[in-house]
Amino acid sequence: MIRPDAPVLLEVRDLRASVEDQPILHGVNLTIRAGEIHAVMGRNGSGKSTLSKVLAGHPAYTVTGGTVTYQGQNLLELDPEQRARIGLFLGFQYPVEIPGVSNLEFLRVATNARRQQGGAAELDTFAFEDLVRERLAVVQMDPAFLERSVNEGFSGGEKKRNEILQMALLEPVVAILDETDSGLDIDALRIVAGGVNQLASPDNATLLITHYQRLLDLITPDHVHVMAAGRILRSGGPELAHELERIGYDWVDQELALAEVG
Amino acid sequence: MVATTLAHTWEDLAGGPVPSRRMEDWRFTDLAVLTAIEPRPWSGGDPLASLQLPAGVSRLTDAELDVVAGQTLAHTGCDGHWPVRLNAHASPVRLGLRVAAHTASQPLALQFDAGDQGELLAVHLVLQLEPGASLQVAQRVSSTGVGVVSLVCEATLAADARLDWGLVAQGQTDAALLGHLAVVQAPGSALNLTAVSAGWGLSRLEPRVFQAAGAAHTRLRGLQWVDDHQLADTHSLVRFEGPDGQLDQLHKTVAAGAGRSVFNGAVQVPQAAQRTDAAQLSRSLLLSDRARVDTKPELEIVADDVKCAHGATLSRLQQEELFYLQSRGIAADQAARLLLAGYCQDVLRELPAAAAGWQPLAKQLLEP
Repeated sequence: MIRPDAPVLLEVRDLRASVEDQPILHGVNLTIRAGEIHAVMGRNGSGKSTLSKVLAGHPAYTVTGGTVTYQGQNLLELDPEQRARIGLFLGFQYPVEIPGVSNLEFLRVATNARRQQGGAAELDTFAFEDLVRERLAVVQMDPAFLERSVNEGFSGGEKKRNEILQMALLEPVVAILDETDSGLDIDALRIVAGGVNQLASPDNATLLITHYQRLLDLITPDHVHVMAAGRILRSGGPELAHELERIGYDWVDQELALAEVG
Repeated sequence: MVATTLAHTWEDLAGGPVPSRRMEDWRFTDLAVLTAIEPRPWSGGDPLASLQLPAGVSRLTDAELDVVAGQTLAHTGCDGHWPVRLNAHASPVRLGLRVAAHTASQPLALQFDAGDQGELLAVHLVLQLEPGASLQVAQRVSSTGVGVVSLVCEATLAADARLDWGLVAQGQTDAALLGHLAVVQAPGSALNLTAVSAGWGLSRLEPRVFQAAGAAHTRLRGLQWVDDHQLADTHSLVRFEGPDGQLDQLHKTVAAGAGRSVFNGAVQVPQAAQRTDAAQLSRSLLLSDRARVDTKPELEIVADDVKCAHGATLSRLQQEELFYLQSRGIAADQAARLLLAGYCQDVLRELPAAAAGWQPLAKQLLEP
């Protein structure tokens, strides 16, 4: 939903970042307003996953230039946990398995950290169980997964559902979903996409990082960006994703070569 | 009876020189925390005064104890070990218990606290499980300040007996624990021994399990946590003296600060022990660059038709796991504690309910 007067939630300006002294992002610009769904597409190695990790504050990445403003505050000076508490969410491409830590306990601690930030009371074990059972419906997840260790032994689809369950509990303002469609069969993809659609509202925004059109058949983006060599090369509406599906990414190389010459 | 005087030195008391690091079994284990304490007799009263025996457990008489005490130590070859001799010469509190044949006893809780007065609390425990008997023991040894605990435990499991034994050892930086846990198992018996130790300046535990004719199940779980300048050492030995025995052993370590952890896991499979199925895994987590872990499997396999697996891992807290938790709003220190609790969980959950109630590692895992 595009509303030109909607408040800007996330403003990325000339963002540059490197990992192990290797520059990956070379000046990314992106403005996300409330109510919008954005898709960042691109080939492997284009920098799209790096963008998501830098926004979430992954310690392995160093920001070397540019600014990121989230609801008026400097996001880059915040720890990852502070970013999460004020409503930034990263859905992982490869959700991490944590043996010995109960999924239910993890979800409760995370939910309470977010609630406390917003001034809401902590949920005790019983109140939280009620909430989590209600939110399980968003991703049609079996309650048995609550009793297991975080993501341990989950299939690819179960891990992604668990990510969206976390999103449903944390109620983020800006959700970044990194390759949420990877490794999903069509049924799991439908469930996950359905969850994302349910959670989208005029007050929040979603940034989908994806390789393929197939996720965008189920979640219609308002803006599509093509990323290559660490910057956004082209932006457009949903038709850009369809065009990419048709012509592939080969034009990217030509455009990059031209940029080099120019 | 409690002795009124002790020798002036640990050497005099035990009747032999304190083990030095020139001895292979003590190569990584410095007894400085022990020798810094002057041997003083226990004056804290009878630690068994409030002992309540559950239904199904009876107490051996002194005469019976005189006969059986030491038999398991001799069988498992540790009667001459320095910590065992020290225990014998320190007038230990003796407790002998029997579970009658085909009796399933109620859980037994035993607690021994060495206090903080720099005294030596020596305990000699003898457990006898008759054929088909079963017993669950939750045992706690602790020290609230300067103190020494000398623990010698002997258990015999007759055919088809089952012993679930949880030992929680919670010490202090100025305290030392020397423990021997000797078990002889008859065929068909099952031993499930879980030992958790944390906080001691020096902790040395020696579980020694002999399957006298093989064909028994032995399950060992160990967890030791060292911080500051603490040292924890587990020397385990499992020996199969007949065929078809099984061992499942997991030993875990958390080494923080300038702590030192030693694990030496010996498994002996002589010619008679065909079709033995033994697995041993040692896992260590290093939380600091100053901490040190020495871990060594020691498999002596003579029989040819056996399955013996062993492995050792050493790791640090994983950055990806920490970041995942942080990205959900969980602060870095709380995230680290959650990961550590998760790491310890597969040993802690094996403790009998009463032992879990003592909240081992609460100080390490719950305090910010």
